[in-house]
Amino acid sequence: MNKEFSVVGKPVIREDGIDKITGRAKFADDYKFPGMLHAVMLRIPSAHAKINSIDFSAVESDESLVSIITADDVHGAKKVGMIKNDQPIFCNEKVVTPGDVLAMLVGESEAKLHELVKKIKVDFTPLPLLIDPRKSLEPDAVLIHPEEGSNLIFHHPLRKGNIEKGFAESDFVLEQTYSTQLIEHSYLEPEAVVAIPLETSLGVKVIGSIQNPFTARRFVAEVLDFPLSKVRIQQAHLGGSFGGKDDIMCILSARAAIAAMKINRPVKIRYTREESILESYKRHPYVLNYKVGYNKSGKIQAMKIDILADGGAYASMSPFVTWRTVVQATGPYEIENVHTDVRAVYTNNPYTGAMRGFGSPQPIFAQESLMDEIAVRLSMTPDEIRKVNGYKSGSITATGQKLQNHEVNLLTVLETAEENTDFRKKWVENKKDKSQLIEYDFSSPIINETQFISPDRLIKKGIGLAVSFRGCSLGAEGTDAASAYISIQNDGSVYLDCGLAENGQGLRTTYSIIAAEVFGISIDQIIYLELDTGITPDSGPTVASRATLMGGGAVKATAEILRKRLEELMRNEWNLKSDDEIVFQNNQVLITNHQSPITFKDICKLAYQRGVSLATIGWYKSPSVGWDEHVGQGDAYFTYVYGCQVAEVRVNIATGEIYVDKVTAVHDAGKVINMLGAMGQVYGGVTQGAGYGIFEEVTTDKGFIRELNFDQYTIPTSKDIGEIDPIFVEGKDIYGPWGAKSLGEPTLELTASAISNAVYNAVGKRFFKLPLNLEEVLLSKKLRPEDLKRGSK
Amino acid sequence: MEVRFKLNGKEEEVTTEPYLRLIDLLRDYFNLTGTKEGCGVGECGACTVLINGRAVNSCLVLAGQIEGSEILTIEGLANGEILDPLQKNFLLHGAIQCGFCTPGMVLSASALLDKNPDPTEEEIKDAIAGNLCRCTGYKQIINAVKETAKEINSASKPF
Repeated sequence: MNKEFSVVGKPVIREDGIDKITGRAKFADDYKFPGMLHAVMLRIPSAHAKINSIDFSAVESDESLVSIITADDVHGAKKVGMIKNDQPIFCNEKVVTPGDVLAMLVGESEAKLHELVKKIKVDFTPLPLLIDPRKSLEPDAVLIHPEEGSNLIFHHPLRKGNIEKGFAESDFVLEQTYSTQLIEHSYLEPEAVVAIPLETSLGVKVIGSIQNPFTARRFVAEVLDFPLSKVRIQQAHLGGSFGGKDDIMCILSARAAIAAMKINRPVKIRYTREESILESYKRHPYVLNYKVGYNKSGKIQAMKIDILADGGAYASMSPFVTWRTVVQATGPYEIENVHTDVRAVYTNNPYTGAMRGFGSPQPIFAQESLMDEIAVRLSMTPDEIRKVNGYKSGSITATGQKLQNHEVNLLTVLETAEENTDFRKKWVENKKDKSQLIEYDFSSPIINETQFISPDRLIKKGIGLAVSFRGCSLGAEGTDAASAYISIQNDGSVYLDCGLAENGQGLRTTYSIIAAEVFGISIDQIIYLELDTGITPDSGPTVASRATLMGGGAVKATAEILRKRLEELMRNEWNLKSDDEIVFQNNQVLITNHQSPITFKDICKLAYQRGVSLATIGWYKSPSVGWDEHVGQGDAYFTYVYGCQVAEVRVNIATGEIYVDKVTAVHDAGKVINMLGAMGQVYGGVTQGAGYGIFEEVTTDKGFIRELNFDQYTIPTSKDIGEIDPIFVEGKDIYGPWGAKSLGEPTLELTASAISNAVYNAVGKRFFKLPLNLEEVLLSKKLRPEDLKRGSK
Repeated sequence: MEVRFKLNGKEEEVTTEPYLRLIDLLRDYFNLTGTKEGCGVGECGACTVLINGRAVNSCLVLAGQIEGSEILTIEGLANGEILDPLQKNFLLHGAIQCGFCTPGMVLSASALLDKNPDPTEEEIKDAIAGNLCRCTGYKQIINAVKETAKEINSASKPF
């Protein structure tokens, strides 16, 4: 009895949708408790300074102040971090970036605390600033963390084949430098957290806008010097994250917990948008040098890559972000000789960490620009050059891994995208139209006669594509396993929970679909429990587009354990023959050669009466991967996904403005479990990727961020990006629930590169720096204000 | 000062400082936490409420300005347990991800459809241009509003 999927792959309403649409869903700042206090941060206007003393005398006796929290109140670890413990909870000795917090005032009125904090006098000595990452490793560079001995956060080398021989055997060698910008996650909900002291034996509870409750628990336990079991983290509905509510929320949880335990009252920290942008980590700006050797046929012989990532003031996730970069830096192309170095360094800039894409959008911009440039030099089309070099089944990656056990669908996604956009024809047509961007002459604002263009010739069309491969889940970054908890009640309704935390993308709905499919019941029979580290087993973080693959695998495994118990019960109860098949569907159980179907509810009731346990915790562990960090070789990830995006743009050649008319996004994410959710991932990811490509940028002046709110940091609105067409190629895979893999990050990583290639197709000009804002397109440089202020002074 | 106004259909009277922001009055005094604060400067639209049918950023309105007006927050949109057609279509079209922008987004769309029950796609985009969403790329939101308009029009047309 082969059955079709009943719920998997169908459009399903979000399990938390009803609460979100009626305003009932509680986000972190919606939680209030009797006796709750607020905490407000003390900072100084410096990006690098030694703190000599802090004088609290002007506020100490103020009646609106309940307590001052400083580094002296931290009884456990004074410094924390995702990988290296280099970030102080409270900076009492020095600050290394403007977001740093020296101390915290706690009281009932947030408004009064904001007034008080201005009265505190801090005596500090400015230290030399390091804001250019290219100078971080110079011998005389000031050390951001002298105890580390160097400003190098991490260096990932990769050596494959013989790079010199590769270049020697190449017909042509091309060398280019690219750079990408600092950007902000821009989750709509600013950070908020409340810590509640529990009874002495239980410790502390924290409720917050927390991306990864288990990581937050570790931070809180470390600073309080508590065992993990005395810290309970409950996740509130999370108002967006995109990788951005990890370290920052762990640190805010720790600060709130320290205050709550000291004062013995609930303490809330909530950030304004300005504070959120000031202190939270961002996406790494990269400088990427690529040297590539290739033959007349287009075949790439050698690639030498040197990448520098600005890690900012703290290590955060830089070692892992840059690790993904080193694995994927060549792009999905089989190259015999590869020599890559990726370094992340400290500066006094805002620190950088995880953000959707995680070290992939930057190298993709470089490698996909480069592939198009080679194509043009060889009079090939962009798809031809990629077909010559692109991964096929059995290809060997730059890390020496053979691609197997899954469909290597790179060329399938490329061809699907081409067919759906009529790519080659449009690319050739657009290229024929030779009119150029109007070159602006700085000496005279008056254009000359030859530059005059009739209004109907101002807009030029372009089409461009980009492809990628992406390792699924954590790979050799660390232990990769997840667990789920299911308890079936005796009326057939089901409690479900998983250790991976909802980030707003809809993983709870995806997990509910998986459980409903295994039990053959309707999805409304499943009640999703909220994640509480006191109850739910640790499953690692919701990162690396691993939720559907790993958490989904755990939910499926757990549900199957319980289904097996029900099957066994029925076999014993009715003496079924071994070849009698049992099928769960439509809230019923069907048995071949057997009477009428039995309801799922009745079977569950029977199990309860017979004393069969219908509650269990199940586990899904990834297959092993391997990595030799000295040469950057190994099976980096156990499986990969492939994507191709085609951008169709119009460019105004007088203003440099880019209009993104359409993005066709073809992704092999494996089996699609949650169709509405998958489409939402594509729409959202492409829109974010387009913002990254054409206008988003956080700029800094001496380490200070200029754009502290959405009036200056602009993200795409409903009017900015045109049509988006998601197409899923469901490649087969032996891992994950029914072969489901990753989608969230692949959707974002390609868009900027596809747009840049499309703009080249429109105006014949190649771009080496993101974002492609008006200044970059028209003037090939960014105009910067000379100080922090923008606009009129 | 004393302020009298209608909130989600019910007459209310409160004593408040005139400079209290409407968003704080709603969230802190009435515990209507469906109204969200995303930026505090009127850029993101998460705090959108309807004042006399107009979509307004409640972070830019002071309590002293609302005397005599009718205010609708997301909590007052559904008719008891029966969802507004817009709410239903947001669910059906996958127009919600993290949900933080959702209340404001729904109210902006609702204000549009009250005035213009048959909007073009551009008019829908204009109406929600002041509501930022980082998750959805707006496509499913626009589809939900379109579908609602279609339903309103087919229901109001004679056979």
